[in-house]
Amino acid sequence: MLFIDLILQGLIQGSIYALIAVGLTLVYGLLRILHVAHAGLFTLGAYLGVLLMNQTNSLILSFTISMFLVGLLGVAIYIFCYKPMLEKPPYVALIASIGLFISMEEIYRMVFGAMGVSYKNPPFQDVINLSSLHLKSAEIVTMLVALVLISALSIFTTKTRVGISWRATVTQPQIAESFGINVEKVRYGNFFIGSMLAGAGGVMVGILNNLVEPTMGGVPSYKALAIIVLGGLGNVKGTLIASVLLGVVESFGTIYLGSLLDRDAIAFAFLIIVLMIKPQGLFGSKR
Amino acid sequence: MEYFYSLLILVGISVILSLSLNLISGYCGQISLGHAAFYGTGAYAAAMIAQLGINIPISIIFGAIVAGVFGFIVGFSSLRVKDDFLAITTMGVNFLFIGFVRQQEWLGGEMGIYSIPATGLTKMQYSLVVTIVAIFVIMFSITIKNRWMGFAFEAIADDEDAAETVAINTSKYKLTAFILGTMLAGLAGGLYAFDIRYIGPDSFGFTESISILSMVVVGGIGSVWGVVTASIILSLLPQWLQFISDYKLLLYGGLLFLMMRFSPKGIAGIFEYVKTRTLKI
Repeated sequence: MLFIDLILQGLIQGSIYALIAVGLTLVYGLLRILHVAHAGLFTLGAYLGVLLMNQTNSLILSFTISMFLVGLLGVAIYIFCYKPMLEKPPYVALIASIGLFISMEEIYRMVFGAMGVSYKNPPFQDVINLSSLHLKSAEIVTMLVALVLISALSIFTTKTRVGISWRATVTQPQIAESFGINVEKVRYGNFFIGSMLAGAGGVMVGILNNLVEPTMGGVPSYKALAIIVLGGLGNVKGTLIASVLLGVVESFGTIYLGSLLDRDAIAFAFLIIVLMIKPQGLFGSKR
Repeated sequence: MEYFYSLLILVGISVILSLSLNLISGYCGQISLGHAAFYGTGAYAAAMIAQLGINIPISIIFGAIVAGVFGFIVGFSSLRVKDDFLAITTMGVNFLFIGFVRQQEWLGGEMGIYSIPATGLTKMQYSLVVTIVAIFVIMFSITIKNRWMGFAFEAIADDEDAAETVAINTSKYKLTAFILGTMLAGLAGGLYAFDIRYIGPDSFGFTESISILSMVVVGGIGSVWGVVTASIILSLLPQWLQFISDYKLLLYGGLLFLMMRFSPKGIAGIFEYVKTRTLKI
């Protein structure tokens, strides 16, 4: 039973990783930028979720408004931060993004306090028993939210005209542009949707832990980087598989390697081993 | 006066650390996001061996060597992966280091090491030692930059494939940069350990890597004087302006962002710009 339990925990963690990492990999595919500040948006989503929920008491409302606002801020980050840096060497945007992320964390600490915020009436706290498995309903909802949002994204990018033009821009920006696709618009859209997903992930983590702290984005942000590297930078499918894989590896690793390494170290050990064997990531193609 | 000497030690260690990263990321263009791991390795190795009764200068040198060996191993990853992949790999090394140390009883685990032997030097004497080492490291940096090795590093930083075609052994030079840079970081770690006489995993985390990187980047990646200036300013500023101390991270983060946004070549870049502007007029 421990086995299934660990798989489930891995899947839950993996679906959170997926929500964060999809946005990151979209940005990387489009601009070749490692968007560390993405996790700052994730944290903001969590804060907006808890604050709006405590005010309005409507989960649907607070969930959608936080997603929307976080999406807008994502676009703003693109316009004010990355757009002027596109011609510079790649480390410029990476370091700027790290700087931005640290500043965002500090601003949350000053505005919302270092102690964190909790839900007044935390939703989905009941425990569901499936024979010997005990799952919080929040955990099931998290998996469902990830599944629904990512399926929606995948339908959008494979079935609609706009979505197909997106994928074309991500894989072949120059050719896409010569076919009359407005690359700038695609970038706005990508930042908006990717940030929205991160915001949704933030709200879900806030509900899962019933605590939103300024530093909650730190570990996910760096792990999400590990995930998109594992998934082969810019490859959405690879990213999704890598998210779930990393979630499962972590949950098994903490049981069997816990005395040697902590949870985060296991994730990065896995990353380093994979990269040394396959430098392009698990599903990356040679550029 | 005590306070002045401890500031001097702080600045000296920052200068050594940032110049050591500048060797890897500035000269040779290999962006490393995990430099604090080597700083920590040096500190831990020196502290552990000093506890066995080995004398302190030898302990510090031992720490530097252990860090260099670790750096050599990590350097191999730079032969496999490049650019963004390398940045993330080195970041992973940092998390791996911290995660490993935290779980090891014999390294003091979460609590760290308290019983580091005293040097027997006064604060003034110790600050003098650190300053001399820092000056030595500055001179070493300048020397390397103007040697064949420095040119090879620059060629690799500029365009690795092009460097390879003009018969520069890129693997050899990249590994050399990693060994030299991480040894110096280990040296800084040893000096730090015997100054504070307490080390814990939290001092060598990713945040520390970022503050070292911010000194390099704010100074101007690759420029010795720029990096030294930025190290002095960034390590003293939070000490002088007490109210900034609480906002130290915001200051670092904001500076990193603004520097990259408006002057990606850092202080050295601004200086260069002003110089060419005034000369033209």
